Amino acid sequence: MASTTHDHGHDDHHHDHKPAFFTRWFCSTNHKDIGTLYLIFGIIGGLIGGVLSLIMRTQLAHPGGSLVTDGQTWNTIITIHGLLMIFFSVMPALIGGFGNWFVPLMIGAPDMAFPRLNNISFWLLPPALVLVMIALFRGEAGGGWTLYVPLTNATYQPGWGGDALLFSLHLAGISSLLGAINFITTIFNMRAPGMTLHKMPLFVWGILVTAFLLLLAVPVLAAAITMLITDRNFGTAFFEVAGGGDPVLFQHLFWFFGHPEVYIMVLPGFGIISHIISTFSRKPVFGYLGMAYAMVAIGVVGFVVWAHHMYVSGMEVDTRAYFMAATLVIAVPTGVKVFSWIATMWGGSIRLELPMVWAIGFIFVFTLGGVTGVVLANAGLDQALHNTYYVVAHFHYVLSLGAVFSMFAGFYYWIGKMSGRQYPKFLGHLQFWLLFIGVNLTFFPMHFSGLAGMPRRYPDYPDAFAGWNMISSLGSYISGLSVLVFLMVIVRVFTSREPLANNYWGDGATTLEWTVASPPPFHTFEELPRVT
Amino acid sequence: MSSDAHGAPHEPGHGLKHPYHLVDPSPWPFVGSIAAFATVLGIVFAAHFHNYILLVIGLLGVLGVMYFWWQDVLKESRAPGVHTTIVRIGLRYGMMMFIASEVMFFVGFFWSYFNFALFPENVANAGPHPTWPPAGVQTFDPFHLPFLNTMILLLSGTTVTWAHHGLLEGNRKALINGLALTVLLGLAFTSLQAIEYSDAPFKFWGGGVYSSVFFLATGFHGFHVIVGTIFLLVCLIRASKDEFTPDRHFGFEAAAWYWHFVDVVWLFLFVCIYWVGAGEIAAH
Repeated sequence: MASTTHDHGHDDHHHDHKPAFFTRWFCSTNHKDIGTLYLIFGIIGGLIGGVLSLIMRTQLAHPGGSLVTDGQTWNTIITIHGLLMIFFSVMPALIGGFGNWFVPLMIGAPDMAFPRLNNISFWLLPPALVLVMIALFRGEAGGGWTLYVPLTNATYQPGWGGDALLFSLHLAGISSLLGAINFITTIFNMRAPGMTLHKMPLFVWGILVTAFLLLLAVPVLAAAITMLITDRNFGTAFFEVAGGGDPVLFQHLFWFFGHPEVYIMVLPGFGIISHIISTFSRKPVFGYLGMAYAMVAIGVVGFVVWAHHMYVSGMEVDTRAYFMAATLVIAVPTGVKVFSWIATMWGGSIRLELPMVWAIGFIFVFTLGGVTGVVLANAGLDQALHNTYYVVAHFHYVLSLGAVFSMFAGFYYWIGKMSGRQYPKFLGHLQFWLLFIGVNLTFFPMHFSGLAGMPRRYPDYPDAFAGWNMISSLGSYISGLSVLVFLMVIVRVFTSREPLANNYWGDGATTLEWTVASPPPFHTFEELPRVT
Repeated sequence: MSSDAHGAPHEPGHGLKHPYHLVDPSPWPFVGSIAAFATVLGIVFAAHFHNYILLVIGLLGVLGVMYFWWQDVLKESRAPGVHTTIVRIGLRYGMMMFIASEVMFFVGFFWSYFNFALFPENVANAGPHPTWPPAGVQTFDPFHLPFLNTMILLLSGTTVTWAHHGLLEGNRKALINGLALTVLLGLAFTSLQAIEYSDAPFKFWGGGVYSSVFFLATGFHGFHVIVGTIFLLVCLIRASKDEFTPDRHFGFEAAAWYWHFVDVVWLFLFVCIYWVGAGEIAAH
């Protein structure tokens, strides 16, 4: 293959010439193909993670469930569910998938800055997934996705599956890092003539901030899991109390990564939602600059609030007071986002097309999750709510509802652009309502079980919690049904024959991806657009 | 990043209406990811089963992919009209971002160091009067080998700048001499560090929290010194083949940036861990 590199820059590029199968999909240097690979990967990761959540809800449907009774197995399922959904579904789909597809298209660039690097960013993920699955099937990941020591040390997870899990995060981390470097360089260096940063689409802003968060947060996780790996295997004592180590240090390092990570998952979604609301209200987004800098502010402040995950880890009262105040500050830029979305709709000529329905659903569930976040930010209250189902409800509202709704919103908004075929309307709406009802039935009652004191991460519970848990489980089956409908949607998209215009959404859709064909040719913007 | 630079007519010989580099399909990312998979699984097998085969295969694969991948990059850099001005700006962004992420990796290790050094009460079982270094730990004399190493790295910072000036002024002899000296100083640093490790008054395996922090922080720095030395060595080879010109030598600049980064990390290690963090000095 190296021999093919001598002639580049001379031919092939002007034509819509696609390479043969293996070269096209395994050796790709094309942002659209790599984006497609990421999307497929994200769907696969989400499906496996979803099956795990159905197993958990089945076990918890009533007290004394008999599906998973072994605590270690249970905790392994919880851990892998979390890691799969974060690292192998939301991040690949939102950042790798939509980011790869639409950052170059929206800034009018012919591809990413480092196309080969882009491909290794993707191809590091399947091996990472294999390593995660090893940990799952060996039942050696009982420490939770936060990997707290001593739960994950050599005493409590002695098998090699535990190390496979940590190395999986190393590979996924390298993937994210290289992707982040690529996005930052692309966005800074390859915007079309005339597209200043202050004219850049909000999705690109979201990816830019996300990429900086990845760049600065992921290496700290890498350092932490490196120390954990050497503690487990090579005789160090960073977190080993017997050697003088400090388990709370691991929590600090983890959450210094982990808190930016939650914004990493949702900021690209913010961008998608802004475009959809603007398109279907047929109005420019309200307060464009405020929206962009709200994301920047969320990104910056997101780095100095990490210990609000550790209110019960034995920190001083002053430290807790600081982290509480800093955390509450985040509600301000987040409020700017939510109110600006609403203000964008205000007085707009609103069309309730499917992506818009998802976007409105997003605002509803994300705001609900945000509000419980403000509750949990209070160090005093959190003493009582920490590690209860209230927390589970909170982060599922912002992530498994918020981030996931933004993924589906983006999917329905752009699938016509990416594939050239439109989604089936009825099935799409059916999927929305099934998922909306399903997830709300699942997670809303968790607020009540949590307030009543039901703890996370147990395969069983006292009879008193039976009612709400049954409802949660029923909801999860409805969500499962919606996933099946989604798979039908995909099949129908690819069997559809209806041709699509470049800009099938009409006047409201103003970004550059709507100026190219649906689907776009293999190479786009070979002649750079000029933005005024 | 003024938009004018992007709109300006780009260099000829490109055949395209934009100044960017669309890379041909390449097998190295795919092969590289498999090699990375073999490497990490190899580490796991080595640690748990003392089986080193997969690790060796994986590492050879990673090294091979690095060689062929960067060989392709160098080929492209020599092809006319591929690495345009704007593509070279992109490479600069890429290297800067990479170094930024490396900085954050070291932040993780310095964080653990300060967690124990500034707050010795965080050291478990430290007794009623915790100290740093923990009671009973003897440390290196900072003004023995560590200070010599500091001087060596600072000197190597000047020699690489000498080489850079030689390159900018078309003085090939200064470029090659400066680079060769820098590589030698890098090797000297690594050798002295190896001597120091072998004389360490504390053991790595089971040596407790001080030795953990010391060896991982300085060890990862040492690894970066080796990587930087190889990077500079590659530049030396390329310089001897006359591949750099006064206005196009990004490979050299990236190596120099990386070297300065490694240098700065060492200064922090020297001041914080060796000097301020010194305890009872071990006899030599």
